[in-house]
Amino acid sequence: MRTVDEFDLLAAADSPLHAIDPRAKLLVVLLAAAVIASYPRHAVAAMVPLFLLPAAWLALGRVPLGFVLHRLLPALPFVLLMAIFNPLIDRVPLIEAGGLALSGGWISFASILLRFLLGMSIAILLVACTGFNTLCSALLRLHAPRVFVVQLLLLYRYIFLLADEARRVRLAYALRSGGDRAVALPVAGSMLGQLLLRVMSRGQRIHQAMLGRGFTGDLPVRHAFRWHGRDTLFLLGWAVWIILARAVNIPDQLGRFVMKVLA
Amino acid sequence: MHMADALLSPAVGGGMWVAAAALSARASVKLRSQPSESLAPMMAVLGAFVFAAQMINFSIPGTGSSGHIGGGLLLAILLGPHAAFLALASVLTIQALFFADGGLLALGCNMINLGVFPCYIAYPLIYRPLAGDGSSPSRRLATCIIASMAGMAMGAFAVVAETGLSGISELPVGAFILLMVPIHLAIGLVEGGVTAAVIGFVSRAQPEWLVYNQAKTQPRGRPFRRIAACLLGAALLTGGLLSSFASENPDGLEWSIEKMTGKKEIDGIGHPIHATLAGWQSKTSFMPDYDFRKDDAASKDDVRESAANPGTSLAGVLGTALTLLLAGGIGLFLRLRSRKHP
Repeated sequence: MRTVDEFDLLAAADSPLHAIDPRAKLLVVLLAAAVIASYPRHAVAAMVPLFLLPAAWLALGRVPLGFVLHRLLPALPFVLLMAIFNPLIDRVPLIEAGGLALSGGWISFASILLRFLLGMSIAILLVACTGFNTLCSALLRLHAPRVFVVQLLLLYRYIFLLADEARRVRLAYALRSGGDRAVALPVAGSMLGQLLLRVMSRGQRIHQAMLGRGFTGDLPVRHAFRWHGRDTLFLLGWAVWIILARAVNIPDQLGRFVMKVLA
Repeated sequence: MHMADALLSPAVGGGMWVAAAALSARASVKLRSQPSESLAPMMAVLGAFVFAAQMINFSIPGTGSSGHIGGGLLLAILLGPHAAFLALASVLTIQALFFADGGLLALGCNMINLGVFPCYIAYPLIYRPLAGDGSSPSRRLATCIIASMAGMAMGAFAVVAETGLSGISELPVGAFILLMVPIHLAIGLVEGGVTAAVIGFVSRAQPEWLVYNQAKTQPRGRPFRRIAACLLGAALLTGGLLSSFASENPDGLEWSIEKMTGKKEIDGIGHPIHATLAGWQSKTSFMPDYDFRKDDAASKDDVRESAANPGTSLAGVLGTALTLLLAGGIGLFLRLRSRKHP
């Protein structure tokens, strides 16, 4: 769960992007996710202007590029596996330049990778520059169901506790098995069962303690943000850019313009 | 296996979001109507347990690889369908946000694929009727494996259906099913076995933990009908969204027709691309270059447009490179500036 710790460290920093109302950031990310998905399947160049979003957010939020790339890496194999079928199946050449023909499959392959990079990096930057608790309180203010948000907040708190527990179990096994990383299958059931029992009794104790302190099933959430003019500007500005990028093929227009000037 | 944003169309993603939201609303209403103090705290703890359990890898015999538990069926057995669905939904949300598993648009799909099938179908319709009183370990093992395999296979089918409806991946549905379902049946086999072992361990060590959900889940009503109605609703919604989308954006449809005719010509003529492109050129030349709106409509599918003549193709590449440079440049500028004025 080191990942989650790193997110929390970044979220605790201060930057122009951290200062933006979380609702504005969340809405921009949701809009971007929907718009990215709406591009036709062979769109590559038309999607490129949207890279302004992660590029600017990286800078404004002062998030290291390596952090985002590191988070993207584990999810990449599945996307690659799915995307690689496109060039294998769609072999009709779409672009021909200088004797080099690119099939439609390779173009849609590139398009899938672009979609992945764009969508995921934006979502990662949102969490890294907002923090989970603030994000949850923004969800509440946007009228997400309270039961679900409380569940998310509690789950998030428990993850840290239980990850330590799991790490101890893993270490204990490694020490007794000569350093094996993977647990033998016959042992796995009782080991996970043991972990489950510890976790459940721990959950029970924590719940008792919470009840003792007046817990009624609802977590009070502090809304430590107010909507300013700059948040409206942020939301509108990005929304206009995202929709413009979808409506107009900006690289194409730019390329033509430059060619015209050069000619 | 998580469905990914990159393979989804907005209509399918949106439809599944609505379905998942409706199901979570229903689950929370159900939970509120059966008040039990012990269930609420267990939901969050067991959701976190899924994360912890996934840190423990076990070796899978005969394959040389290792895997971890998914936990859908286990949560359903421990918590009952409604609480388990909500717990899984929150787990998937955190996975989407922190671990780039799936993505935000695909969250609805993942809640359906990995939450609904184990909680609302495999558990109540397969596990419960077959499990008996839970006294026989071999029966428990068989039941867990069957339920888990069925849940996994249904989830895999759903991934195929969502991918196919979205139309971003070219993989034909038949081949995709042949690829996905056997893998997921194998995963289900291992998952079912481990789930049975965990349940067996708990029932020996601390049987009172298992009584949790048993007391509340007497067979009531016909859960299947409601679930079927919900899934049907999702399908209809998706279909409706898809068709309205198609009529709003004729370029997608036009494009696929173009593609079909393009393929036909490839079969017929010696230089197929040129023939197709010539056809396109004659079409696009009706549109004056300076007319922004029409030009844009024609270049919606930029690739095909830019393929129409080598000059535009160069312009496309140049423009893309420039745009990328500009975006990166703005980012770099902002970063440098923020370093100067922290």
